[in-house]
Amino acid sequence: MRAFKYSNVSDAGTAIKLVSVNQTARFLGGGTNLVDLMKEDVMRPTELVDVSRLKYARIEKKGNGISIGATATNASTANDENIREKYPLLSMAILAGASAQIRNMATNGGNLNQRTRCTYFYDVNMPCNKRAPGSGCGALHGVNKNHAIFGWSEKCVATYPSDMAVALAALDAVVQVEGVNNTKRSIPFADFHRLPGDHPERDNNLQQGEFITSIDLPANGLAEKSYYLKIRERSSYAFALVSVAAALVTDGNTVKEVRIALGGVAHKPWRASVAEHWLIGKQATEANFKAAAAAELKNAKPLAHNKYKVSLAAKAIVRALEGALQGGVYGAMEADSTTTDKNQDHE
Amino acid sequence: MEEQSKFPELSEAEQKALEELLPEEMSEIIASGIKRRHFLKLFAVTGTSLLAAHLLGIEQLMARTVPIEQQAPLLIENGVNLSFKVNGSQQQLLVDSRMTLLDTLRERLNLTGSKKGCDHGQCGACTVILDEKRVLSCLTLAVTCEDKKVTTIEGLATGNELHPMQTSFIKHDGFQCGYCTPGQICSAVALMDEAKNGEASYVTADVRRKSRSVKLSDEEIRERMSGNICRCGAYPNIVDAIREVHGDKAVAQVWQFAEGTV
Repeated sequence: MRAFKYSNVSDAGTAIKLVSVNQTARFLGGGTNLVDLMKEDVMRPTELVDVSRLKYARIEKKGNGISIGATATNASTANDENIREKYPLLSMAILAGASAQIRNMATNGGNLNQRTRCTYFYDVNMPCNKRAPGSGCGALHGVNKNHAIFGWSEKCVATYPSDMAVALAALDAVVQVEGVNNTKRSIPFADFHRLPGDHPERDNNLQQGEFITSIDLPANGLAEKSYYLKIRERSSYAFALVSVAAALVTDGNTVKEVRIALGGVAHKPWRASVAEHWLIGKQATEANFKAAAAAELKNAKPLAHNKYKVSLAAKAIVRALEGALQGGVYGAMEADSTTTDKNQDHE
Repeated sequence: MEEQSKFPELSEAEQKALEELLPEEMSEIIASGIKRRHFLKLFAVTGTSLLAAHLLGIEQLMARTVPIEQQAPLLIENGVNLSFKVNGSQQQLLVDSRMTLLDTLRERLNLTGSKKGCDHGQCGACTVILDEKRVLSCLTLAVTCEDKKVTTIEGLATGNELHPMQTSFIKHDGFQCGYCTPGQICSAVALMDEAKNGEASYVTADVRRKSRSVKLSDEEIRERMSGNICRCGAYPNIVDAIREVHGDKAVAQVWQFAEGTV
């Protein structure tokens, strides 16, 4: 690891000042992604400003919704009583991510700031426009089984790995940010992360030195029917091939409101707006879920090795919606799904 | 007995077990103070590597608090004075800002129980308990531990009395090579508190339903321990060991020594 200066500060203003004047300085939260990337020589900050002890760890009521502090850990957020009760989708998504140890370390702000990444990004011997702008994309015509099927560019086909962020996208979260001279702004979640376009080196729309203070969740009626489904190559502690955050409000069996966001398919959490529009006012049936998923996936652009993600995502959307409809109880469909997967293996 | 012992640092039961297992010349090697790794290497070349590996496992399980001996570093850049508690004892040292907690424990404080497996947060062998929470010491910068309390595998036993989780791992043979074991045990110890606090997991049936404490099914134990990888595949025995400590009744031991070996 390259040498860097470590700064421990007692207030956000000082932290913001330090990072905004030094283009190669970074905030340090739990370090679970940043420290690893530094070991791999992928990220080379000259200064780390430790914000993990700053007093932004509160999870509290804000208006009719809840404000989640940026320095609260993923574990404490997932297990917060109010989050479990009113935003179970967020709890489920966080708990689907990483391992218990990592969730104890990782902060909420750090989760949103983790890098969109792929194995080519991690390997400094490979070309990667995200790591070294202009060097090319190794994955575009390389091994791209785990890569994007939505919103990618010729410059970058990596996917964003956070599970938490997929739920936040579905819940219409708002990211509260503070910059130099006490300037504050609110970023709707859909505008927080970026698609790669011509500048894959930028994962999100934060300016250098801008510090996330909290993530706000507006009130909603989705708690009764929401579900986070994560599909991966082993049953735990792996990134999603595809994940789905789904939530519904129904009147009788009519869909009044629906939220669907996908993970593992794009450079940022992918809000499945086409499927959502399709479902509004329709009956909450498997046939309609399938049709809505198909409408969304019609726009997918798979790469050479990830065509499987198109049908996987379509089926995952259906299953997540069914999970939500059944009250978000884990395992309600899981036993069923295991059998299906096994059958497919033998086909 | 104590004075004549070939292995003065071990408990009576451990001494007896070792004396029975070791060939005569090996006991001499240990008594002469040769380093453990060298000893294990010798073991390997004598063709008894399986036995050596098993002993290494036992050694991890029985790792205990020893007086911490600080090692002087060769070179420090961007040094930061660090003051924190390790297994109950206050430590003060100057560390390179790059130093991980794992390297600090192993290389500066001679606490080699915590293992470096992948060094990238993927295996859990380095798991320690930091301010009551299990974390990965390989991704924790030592400088971020100022004023915090660390418990490693060496700090779990009370004197010669093993932590119940250590005892249970031995009873249920929750390891083969032993390399992941310190991390598994630290992780499992912290898990017991998480369950007592009613924390949820991804396989919790309904996260909206909160209870004061959680009774862990085998599926829950497996999910919650998924951050600790065991290449030997001792998982069923690890689950048994944890279930015994977590539950209120003993779990049957599923193995026994072959006849004539004890």
